[in-house]
Amino acid sequence: MALDGPKTSGFTAVGTTPNRPDGLDKVTGRAKFGADAQAPGMLHAAIVRSPHAHARIVSIDTSKAEALKGVKTVVTRADFTTGLKGENWNILENVMAGDTALYDGHAVAAVAAISPLIARDAIKLVEVEYQVLPHVTNVDAAMAQDAPIIREGAANKSVPAGLHPNVVRYHESGHGDVDKGFAAADLVIEDHFTTEATHQGYIEPHACLAQLGGDGKGELWCCTQGHWNVQKICAALVGIETSQLRVTASEIGGGFGGKTVVFIEPVALALSRKANRPVKLVMNRSEVFRASGPTSSTSMDVKIGMKNDGTITAASGTFRLQGGAFPGAPMEFTAMCAFAPYALENVRQVGYDVMTNRPKQAAYRAPGSPMAAFAVESVIDELCKELGLDPIQTRLKNASHEGTKASFGPKFDKIGLVETLEAAKAHPHFTAPLGENQGRGVSCGFWFNHSGETSVTLALSEDGSAQIVVGTPDIGGSRASMALMAAEELGIPYENIRCTIADTASLGYNEVSHGSRVTYASGLATIAAARDAVKRLCGRAAAKWGIDEEAVVWEDGCAKPSGPNAGDFDPLPLAEITRTMGATGGPINGHFEATPEGAGVSFATHIVDAEVDPETGKTSIVRYTVVQDAGKAIHPAYVEGQFQGGAAQGIGWALNEEYIYGEDGRLQNDLFLDYRIPVASDLPMIDTVIVEVPNPGHPYGVRGVGETSICPPLAAIANAVSAAAGVRLHDLPMSPPRIRAALDAQKDG
Amino acid sequence: MSNIHVTTTVNGDEVEFLCDPRETLLDALRDKLNLTGAKEGCGTGDCGACSVTMDGRLVCSCLVLGAEAEGKQIGTVEGIADGETLHPLQQKFIEYAALQCGICTPGILVATKALLEKNPDPTETEVRYWLAGNLCRCTGYDKIIRAVMDTAADLRRAS
Repeated sequence: MALDGPKTSGFTAVGTTPNRPDGLDKVTGRAKFGADAQAPGMLHAAIVRSPHAHARIVSIDTSKAEALKGVKTVVTRADFTTGLKGENWNILENVMAGDTALYDGHAVAAVAAISPLIARDAIKLVEVEYQVLPHVTNVDAAMAQDAPIIREGAANKSVPAGLHPNVVRYHESGHGDVDKGFAAADLVIEDHFTTEATHQGYIEPHACLAQLGGDGKGELWCCTQGHWNVQKICAALVGIETSQLRVTASEIGGGFGGKTVVFIEPVALALSRKANRPVKLVMNRSEVFRASGPTSSTSMDVKIGMKNDGTITAASGTFRLQGGAFPGAPMEFTAMCAFAPYALENVRQVGYDVMTNRPKQAAYRAPGSPMAAFAVESVIDELCKELGLDPIQTRLKNASHEGTKASFGPKFDKIGLVETLEAAKAHPHFTAPLGENQGRGVSCGFWFNHSGETSVTLALSEDGSAQIVVGTPDIGGSRASMALMAAEELGIPYENIRCTIADTASLGYNEVSHGSRVTYASGLATIAAARDAVKRLCGRAAAKWGIDEEAVVWEDGCAKPSGPNAGDFDPLPLAEITRTMGATGGPINGHFEATPEGAGVSFATHIVDAEVDPETGKTSIVRYTVVQDAGKAIHPAYVEGQFQGGAAQGIGWALNEEYIYGEDGRLQNDLFLDYRIPVASDLPMIDTVIVEVPNPGHPYGVRGVGETSICPPLAAIANAVSAAAGVRLHDLPMSPPRIRAALDAQKDG
Repeated sequence: MSNIHVTTTVNGDEVEFLCDPRETLLDALRDKLNLTGAKEGCGTGDCGACSVTMDGRLVCSCLVLGAEAEGKQIGTVEGIADGETLHPLQQKFIEYAALQCGICTPGILVATKALLEKNPDPTETEVRYWLAGNLCRCTGYDKIIRAVMDTAADLRRAS
């Protein structure tokens, strides 16, 4: 859509914080999530999973399971489509193992029975004979010459010759001459960093209810961030036409990227087709940890050169990410985000995508970026310390701004990094006194944000109310934001608008709710659809008044003559026009379908105070402030919520969360008791500052806000811990034993 | 295996169901009584999404057997509002944007209602520790804690 520059003032609805439309359902227990659906004659399913990290499947004997009373059917890989290529093949291989189990928890068969308990009993009766193969779960070990090969021929053409077959993709970018830049520096620091895999940790396990008939027509209910994607992939995996499968997205109990892909849905469809009954399939928590996408673990080397005055002369980084047993670790994002906050003449970044015997990684909030920030911002912190420089002033000195050639290539449009740094500097937190054993850390973070294919329909009702139909599942209050933007355009109250997430049969294609794209792209589409409807409303007024359509304007919810020359007519309210719309030309709707361009990138600066107990090595977060550029906050309370949620997940990642694999390649902490995400008593209040530097690519200046908030915390906390305890932690999580060990090493050294 | 006949009271209504001896109270509520407000987030008592009260005591319904509900008074999220009138906690959670996805909300509401009945004037630390058994992955707890503290203050003023 053509833009004359974003609207920056005169908002009436946008920027207010009304109650969300799904609030009542969610506080009364009425909202229907993935596992809350049922169907007449429904069966319950359970999945047989590999106990081995890497094993050839010699045979599967399902006869005993099938003989159990109440069991209706069993499926294996033989019940899915053959001949798939590319990512669809990878997904099928992940959803149901072929001839090899590739990680602990990999699905090898599934059972449908008349009750969940019978299904769980039955999976124990499926006899799988395995030939155990050597395995590898560590990214550096998987790149070593003697590492077991996960799959021959998985590498693409980007990989330079001579690397291990487990290295499946390679990325290299940058500009300038880094050697020359390092030579010009007064101080160069190079360090090695690692981060462990973490799970998105949504509280709602994956769940679905599937019905697939012999006629090739299917119905699927599931918790997902994107049901058109589910439709496309599931149809391919079970071998039906995409349009014959109708997918409805349930309310979604958290996703954070982990529900952008499919795990159980094709299995439920295959079971349903074989049993001729609806099938419900719900993961338990252990399955969520073992077999749904965690993020990548990393091994990183970062080198930065700085002048005595704080000018960065050169930066380079090597980022190795394992993405489980399939290609796809987001190493190019890690590489491209690493140095994005800084205007650098000389910069070079390299990424490796490495396969291991772990579950297929899935996107997790700004995939790849937080780890890069951890390494880069830790090195910058060390440089500032060594050179006696202020951390915010130094970042300001090097900050990217409009026109900067980004470390990853293009020139930045209007961006708000400097504004976040200035706001952080001015925040009372930055200069507040610290207590004993406390330290303060600062970090910047960057995320691209995404736009994506988007369809929205807006329909006006006879009584002057409006319904907006969008296709991006609401993962954090987006229905309220859509209604606010429609209210702004139409000039009717927020309460008179209802926003619904359509099923795949009720609207055109919509990309997944990911990449912080919903308020940007569905928002832009909602505004465009509303303007489309307004044009039609103006047309009806023009016809009634007998004047040109161009002589009618829309203001305050009314059609009005554009000026004295247009004629003297009383303003015509929206409800007056819709009341007679059947007789004046038919229903009035507005539409938008396109791939908008111009998702503005987003920057944040975080300040954190940590207290490290020198005796136990336990770190407490005592104060936290998030400063982030939102472009324009449509519903500020939900923008704050995104800032706070990202910070909290980052705190967990920095201090406690990690996938722990045993020597046998099995995941050892597959419960919330052992994989401990932050609880209420672990956290302080999380202060937020919303900076608004309008994104030129959105009618109101919106930038996505969901992901950037998780980019700075790992580094900000590492820098705070370093300041508090006097030791630099290079490996996440900074759990008490690791901090204790670092303190001991310092004492001994 | 023969099922067990259970008579119990849920949100003031006397109900009956048949359950397998291994079935949890959570399963019984959700699958037998169609009360799907309580959620299963973990099945091991770690996340609190299945929180209900049993004879006034806060429990994880995934750790209670269905058969144990015999003769007990069970309270779920569906029973918190009084008809059309929301409990002040429910109202405040909406106003404070104290939920994003909302999957943990039923458990957190049941748990905080139990807290305020026990302790009408909790400190922030007390609220945080009371809710330490209720995981929320979206909010960072900030707005939840504020909503609870403010509801408690309102209720104290009203009483």
